[in-house]
Amino acid sequence: MSSVPLGLPRRRVEFELDGETVHALEGDTILDACTAAGKDIPTLCYGDTLTPKNACRVCVVEVEGARALAPACSRRAEPGMKVRTGSERARLSRRLVLELLASSTDLSTTPHVAGWIEEYGAEPGRFGPDAATVGDRGAKVDNDLYVREYGKCIMCYKCVDACGDQWQNTFAIAVAGRGFDTTIAVEHDGPLPDSACVYCGNCIEVCPTGALSFRTEYEMRAAGTWDEDAQTETTTVCAYCGVGCNLTLHVQDNRIVKVGSPHDNPITRGNLCIKGRFGYQHVQNVQGTE
Amino acid sequence: MDLKYTDAKPSDAERAAVDGLLGPAPTGWEGGERDAADLRWAKGGHEARDRRDLLLPALHAVNDRVGWISEGALDYICRRLTVPPAEAYGVATFYAMFSLRPRPATVLHVCTDIACAASGSKRVTESLTTRLGPPGTPAGGAVWQESPCLGLCERAPAALVIRAGEVPEGEARGSGEDAGEGERGPSPGEGTGRQEAGSQGPGPRGGTGAEPPESLAPEARGAGAGGAAPGFGKGRDRGTPPTHRDRPAPATPSGTAAVIPATPTTAVVAPATPDSLVLAAQDPARAEHEPPPAAAVPQTGDPGLVLLRRVGTTDPADLDDYRAHGGYTALRNAFALGPAGVIREVTDAGLLGRGGAAFPTGRKWQGTASQPVRTRYLVCNADESEPGTFKDRVLMEGDPYALVEAMTIAGYAVGAHRGYLYLRGEYPRALDRLTHAAARARARGLLGDDVLGQGYAFDIEIRRGAGAYICGEETAIFNSIEGHRGEPRTKPPFPTERGLFGKPTAVNNVETLVNVLPILTHGAAAFAATGTESSTGTKLFCVAGTVDRPGVFEVPFGATLRDLLDLAGGPPAGLRAVLLGGAAGGFVRPDELDVPLTFEGARAAGATLGSGVVLVLDDTVDLPRILIRVAEFFRDESCGQCVPCRVGTVRQEEALHRIADLRGAAAAADVALLREVGQVMRDASICGLGQTAWNAVESAIDRLGAYE
Repeated sequence: MSSVPLGLPRRRVEFELDGETVHALEGDTILDACTAAGKDIPTLCYGDTLTPKNACRVCVVEVEGARALAPACSRRAEPGMKVRTGSERARLSRRLVLELLASSTDLSTTPHVAGWIEEYGAEPGRFGPDAATVGDRGAKVDNDLYVREYGKCIMCYKCVDACGDQWQNTFAIAVAGRGFDTTIAVEHDGPLPDSACVYCGNCIEVCPTGALSFRTEYEMRAAGTWDEDAQTETTTVCAYCGVGCNLTLHVQDNRIVKVGSPHDNPITRGNLCIKGRFGYQHVQNVQGTE
Repeated sequence: MDLKYTDAKPSDAERAAVDGLLGPAPTGWEGGERDAADLRWAKGGHEARDRRDLLLPALHAVNDRVGWISEGALDYICRRLTVPPAEAYGVATFYAMFSLRPRPATVLHVCTDIACAASGSKRVTESLTTRLGPPGTPAGGAVWQESPCLGLCERAPAALVIRAGEVPEGEARGSGEDAGEGERGPSPGEGTGRQEAGSQGPGPRGGTGAEPPESLAPEARGAGAGGAAPGFGKGRDRGTPPTHRDRPAPATPSGTAAVIPATPTTAVVAPATPDSLVLAAQDPARAEHEPPPAAAVPQTGDPGLVLLRRVGTTDPADLDDYRAHGGYTALRNAFALGPAGVIREVTDAGLLGRGGAAFPTGRKWQGTASQPVRTRYLVCNADESEPGTFKDRVLMEGDPYALVEAMTIAGYAVGAHRGYLYLRGEYPRALDRLTHAAARARARGLLGDDVLGQGYAFDIEIRRGAGAYICGEETAIFNSIEGHRGEPRTKPPFPTERGLFGKPTAVNNVETLVNVLPILTHGAAAFAATGTESSTGTKLFCVAGTVDRPGVFEVPFGATLRDLLDLAGGPPAGLRAVLLGGAAGGFVRPDELDVPLTFEGARAAGATLGSGVVLVLDDTVDLPRILIRVAEFFRDESCGQCVPCRVGTVRQEEALHRIADLRGAAAAADVALLREVGQVMRDASICGLGQTAWNAVESAIDRLGAYE
């Protein structure tokens, strides 16, 4: 028998979304209301299991009477608010944010972004060939489990939050430096094995760009053998302990290439430990039969 | 929280620096010697983590003593404060004044910002490159580097020399302890802050900064100065029901709220020449003395002055002299009026914030005071870092007791019992003077458990910034004080509702607070009689650049820019433009000098008063280079949190470099690009830094025709 926590009853908030009167529950964000209304707002730093940092600003909308645009993922719906999601100002900001990001970062493994770039008519190349980029920040491959590709990092803070007080409470990674030179770093920017990292891989789970990836995925991409279309996903129960976390096994050519966890599982919300995330080798350790 | 520390060990000097702030480590759990007994008990939890706000002071302590922060030192700080090492690394790398790589003990910060650039800082840096090597290269025990605005614009070009190390005996700055009654500091016309501190003489605990840390009683350091004990800082917010006076936990009798151990030897060199800089690098203690603060106030002695009237006429070290010149009348009146009465007076006076945003101060105080949460804070924003701004420095150096009194009144009005004075790290003399003033006020019962015998408890804690313009943003300042990276927070919630340590907080600029004194001394009506209907009172302006008499000027709102320039010796021949409001402000043309200097007048003219910058540029100035410097400033100072600012400021600077020598059609494509990027920085950035980073460039294009 399972139970679903309902939480305290919440009041309804009435406000105007693109000229239509909509209702949201008190505490809901504009993005929640947009999702409920079937509106598609692009998001990058928003995470369904985390409190968003609203750092990417790709979800900005226009709130009537406000001087600046508001991040839909974080601004709570207020009674009487008038929100326009597709105004010219909002669309210009989204286009520019996409251009600024795509011109400075490698977004090749970021889901959805190619579609948004097309939808908003973004031209990342227009800042010229000399535009500063973080693309030349190389990958850090210093352990057997996962790889940090700094050129793909958009500084969304999700890995920091997942490692820190929102989920894992390990606090192995933080933001270091300032301005364009900020990076995600462990203490003293050293190698991962020397850090406080416990290899739960929850940072990989929340990374929106593929800057953090399984070593298997990184190597298969480098070898050109990574093929998402050929992969199957199977959700099963982790066999290691009695908690019963759900694992989603990504399998290609009959081998596990990556392990995720469903975000809607009320127990784990996408989080795993090192064994569930990375301890899958024994499943396919079929020596002598190959 | 199961923290993992590294194996790096601190050196004896690093350990001593941290212990000087926090007291010796009591147990192996906090980085002390580990013995068998330590294995039988555990320490930690909220109490330990609640000391996180001492992270920035601890980083300062090591940087001041050693000159840089090693892995061992950072690790030791983390153990002492239960801070995750990765986060402490993130905080330490956020501030420009800290180094995590070895560097010489002496660092020369040579200002190359707009006012200094307009006054020939390039000649200085070129000469230094020849004599000492390129910036960042250690030579002869010193290293020099370019710096954003040091707030010494009236004496541009300017430089600041900081030498780390133990402060020699007898030269220590008082760390806030009572320096003994009755002695007089130097008269305002003489001496530097260093001398002043040295002249404090042997008080009961005088010269603390120089004492070896072993001699510091742990209870005094831990509970008093260090704030380590539960009941200090935000720790005391938890679980302690407010008493009828809702007072803060008492500091020890000799203790102080000021978390400042020894500060390094510093020298301010302005105007700077390559010769004077090389000399100062060799021995900062022997550098030329700084002129007194009054030297920055050409109007000194003018009976019409309100905010500046004591600068140069009253001894900034002498509390009795301050009282003889009207000091502490306002606080007495405040107690007579009661908190609500004070807020009413300030509201009726029509005081608008002087930090740049011009928000009604009375409304801010009312908003804070009306919160149901009992623990509230006052934060004085003295992180004056806007290029071209130095008015708060002059106020703090020339009339420090005024700020202490004004903060006490503000704290009383909003119901706060602790005020944090967040001072930018580049103001050593202001730090001296304010530390001294707060200690004297505390010794005389004007701060502490029972201010003026009125049963109101209030104390001031001075926090030093470490080189980050963004920390002047009203929410970034909270993160910085709390020991996090100085990144702005998303608003709402606003500080009046959830500010410092998550409690209702009033944040006010130095000049705003000092305005409260004339309001409470002479009444709201008298205050509002000066200025215009919606801009009441007087305003300080920082006039620098190509004028004969640069300095801080006080004029009633409504005076025109021309009036102000006349006070400073008149507009120069070949006036090209005036940068009004700072890097986040805009340019005014020579034919617009009759713009009234009021919030509404400036707005109507498409400008802003901002933080009171009036930077005069004649036609010898290379405008495109100035704009590049502005863009460089914002790129350097962006915290990097949000994309429009982090990348936008870079793209802005790149475009300005591309068109530096281009005009007309050749520049048009990049000007269009600048407009789009600027629009998005303004619309979509999280905080005011990104939102205003395009203002000056835009106004140069639109109003000065910079690239036509």
